[in-house]
Amino acid sequence: MSALDEALVRATQAGLPLVAQPYRELAATLGISEREVIERLQAMLADRRIRRIGAVPNHYALGYRANAMSVWDVDDREIEALGPEVGALPFVSHCYRRPRRLPHWPYNLFAMLHGRSRDELQRGLATIWALIGPALRRHEVLYSRRILKKTGLRF
Amino acid sequence: MDETDRAIVNGLQGGFPLCERPYAAAAARFGLEEAELIARLKKLLADDVLTRFGPMFDAERLGGAFTLCAMSVPQHDFERVAGLVNAHREVAHNYEREHRFNMWFVVAARSREDISRLITDVERETGYPVLDLPREAEYFIELRLTA
Repeated sequence: MSALDEALVRATQAGLPLVAQPYRELAATLGISEREVIERLQAMLADRRIRRIGAVPNHYALGYRANAMSVWDVDDREIEALGPEVGALPFVSHCYRRPRRLPHWPYNLFAMLHGRSRDELQRGLATIWALIGPALRRHEVLYSRRILKKTGLRF
Repeated sequence: MDETDRAIVNGLQGGFPLCERPYAAAAARFGLEEAELIARLKKLLADDVLTRFGPMFDAERLGGAFTLCAMSVPQHDFERVAGLVNAHREVAHNYEREHRFNMWFVVAARSREDISRLITDVERETGYPVLDLPREAEYFIELRLTA
């Protein structure tokens, strides 16, 4: 990534300026044109270095207080087809395939669930269970007990 | 938070315009003036309804290497191990979870080699093995929360 893109990431990771012409303000800080700021942001959206631009809500403030990490042992022949279906469910915030570490760890699909209550999470788990169907060998849910460290990913 | 705030939180989680007057363009969608949208966003941020307003980056696509690690730590030794793990700058998040694998942390480093080195260090310092579970595929689409 170019030094200018890195500078643009640093200048915006805390948020966009809340002024009428935010890209012009960023341009002035970085010593480039407003047009170039806009084009670089467009390019980062296009190659998905930026997922989206907009409001990032506080889960807790909106009442999403329950969360769980669910882990699933899914048939390797089916996971590429089923993973995107699990990931598209509205209560799944993150969904990844990760390697098994046998014999200690048999799970290859991770789905993070968010909801307003543990009941809501339970309904979500039942939905995933039904969706995976016969390709599922076993699954578990790991509720979080405590945050031990949280420092955002700083670029 | 009134109905307009709710509409802003629900409707502006993506697609913020890339043009000279983006707040004016976005405000029009909610029947607001540019200055009122900016004022409401400032208030939503001050009230901590929003944690941020701006681009959401994909840290892995920006560069560097990442993994998720798990450890199974006896309760009597848990605080000591948490302290040793958290002392590493590369450890971004660390959660205690209700499971035999009761410590879960995310590592963000410059390279895969740095991650391997960190895991070896943590195993040596704590005396417990670390499961290294890097992402092999990503399936999710961004979660949209409703206010």
